[in-house]
Amino acid sequence: MTAYIIRRLIQGLIVIIAVSILVFLLMRLLPADPLQLYLAQNDIIKISPEDYQTLLVRFGLDKSLPMQYFDWISDILRGQFGDSLYYNESVGTLLLERLPVTAHLAILSIIIASVFGITAGVICALRRGGALDTFLTSAANFGISIPIFWLGVLMIYLFGLYLGLLPLHGYTSPFQDFWMSTRQLVMPVTCMAVTAMASKARQARSSILEVIRQDYIRTAWSKGLRERTIVVRHVLKNGLIPVVTLIGMQVSHIFGGSVLIETVFNIPGMGRLMVSSVFAQDYPVVQGCSLLFALIVVMVNLIVDISYGWLDPRIRYG
Amino acid sequence: MVIEPDIMAESKETMPRIGAFKRFYRVFLGRKIVIFGLFIIMLLVITAVFAPVFAPYDPYEQDMTKHISQPSREHLLGTDALGRDTLSRIIYGTRVSLIVGISAIIIAGIIGMTLGLIAGYFGGWTFAVIMRSIDTLMALPMMVLVLVIAAMLGGGLKNVVIALGIGGVAMYARMMCGQVLMVRENDYIMASRASGASNARIMVRHLMPNCFPPLIVLMTMQMGMMILAEAGLSFLGVGVEPPIAAWGAMVTDGYRYLLTNPILSFAPGLAIMLVVFAFNMVGDGLRDAIDPRLRGTL
Repeated sequence: MTAYIIRRLIQGLIVIIAVSILVFLLMRLLPADPLQLYLAQNDIIKISPEDYQTLLVRFGLDKSLPMQYFDWISDILRGQFGDSLYYNESVGTLLLERLPVTAHLAILSIIIASVFGITAGVICALRRGGALDTFLTSAANFGISIPIFWLGVLMIYLFGLYLGLLPLHGYTSPFQDFWMSTRQLVMPVTCMAVTAMASKARQARSSILEVIRQDYIRTAWSKGLRERTIVVRHVLKNGLIPVVTLIGMQVSHIFGGSVLIETVFNIPGMGRLMVSSVFAQDYPVVQGCSLLFALIVVMVNLIVDISYGWLDPRIRYG
Repeated sequence: MVIEPDIMAESKETMPRIGAFKRFYRVFLGRKIVIFGLFIIMLLVITAVFAPVFAPYDPYEQDMTKHISQPSREHLLGTDALGRDTLSRIIYGTRVSLIVGISAIIIAGIIGMTLGLIAGYFGGWTFAVIMRSIDTLMALPMMVLVLVIAAMLGGGLKNVVIALGIGGVAMYARMMCGQVLMVRENDYIMASRASGASNARIMVRHLMPNCFPPLIVLMTMQMGMMILAEAGLSFLGVGVEPPIAAWGAMVTDGYRYLLTNPILSFAPGLAIMLVVFAFNMVGDGLRDAIDPRLRGTL
């Protein structure tokens, strides 16, 4: 087990280093010249070649690409993400401000998606072909096809404008006003959860159906066990492990969705920060956001893999 | 693969004698929802090709006297802020969705499958380097990766396709690699190696065709994903250039007039959902038909 954990940690570390290189290169290899952007942001139109050189040296842009990367990564390891070109704040402060909002939305969405999605999938599989199965399966098929930003617009129209039940947009911290916060979260969390819920239901359904036809389930039936025992002890235990391990993917999808949903509902989280920074060409913020997103995804995958290895010995020796 | 049913028929008298293709079609077309999906896809392709014939108006023609008009007999879905006919714009929007979807899948498929093929075939360090890079690509949420690439390249149809193409690479590489690892254990691979075939020949002539079927399913499913992602990008404003009709951008444009004329936002979104749904259902059907073990489970 220890060897497995160490191996997995090293793998994770390699991916994290590779991600940092990718995020760094993404910004540097693209056509926009960072210094030109800086000048534009600060309304400096004319600049003498000497001053340009001084600035290049000041930002370390005169060095070779690998050296620039090492400067950048060593700053980040010391917690210095650089300064935003657009907001008068350091990227670190911005991220600390925005991360809890997105985390709040994402965690709620993942819980809702997993609970309802897996339950629906299990019900469908156990009562395959029934009316409920037909209904839930079609609902899931629509769920994976719906553009979530459009669902957001629909919900704003129906619940916000037409029925006037929910606030149209915005975000309030639950510590400030819990009731308002919950009311504001209903629509964005539903939108963020819907795709994940639908795909969880589909995965759970097919995984359970796969397990149900295994020999050990037939053995369990022929032993005369009660249906409840078979379902809980044998079917769910074996059928749900692969579904739960896909949670890393799900976190990544939900973060991707936050980019759209936070824009629709005007929520000041990392997703909207990302969008506005991309438009403002505020590359230190874009870098910081992407790196943070990726770090969380890698960490979640790492935790899932390690607990998977702990749950299922076949994995750690494989 | 093709002769398998015949062998079965000889050994077991009860097995019906049907060809692999016939069985494929029977399973594939066995579900009504798959036929519905195929119908929608055909409709989409026909609409895209003959857009000028179907569209009642020029999708770019502005008419300020008809600013945000309600649905009427002349304009079935009303007109937008610039007086352009919504129905015509939705009809022309099929072109953007199809072009972006297909080109992005071709780019992602070629790069991803090549990487997966090389990683799976050579193994060792090649495998480690390629697959860890793919893990890296997958660590970034696809929407984030695609948004950054598309926006930094400056938006527009070409850059959206490039961004989506890069965003889709990881899935193909992973699936291809998994397939190759399985297929390369077959005796016919060893046989062709023993008869002196080069690595390139084994990869292209033997591994590629035998690894391909499950990837067709992925491609169909990805068509839906790519159309969704493109719509998301144009919703955020980094999609195709403004005058061109794109469904995602139409949802954004209509969003401002939600109170007075909600259909401007609803109709293009419905079109996106219908098309994505169709590709997903056809993908499901293909999967059932290719892998009988999973029949009816998805």
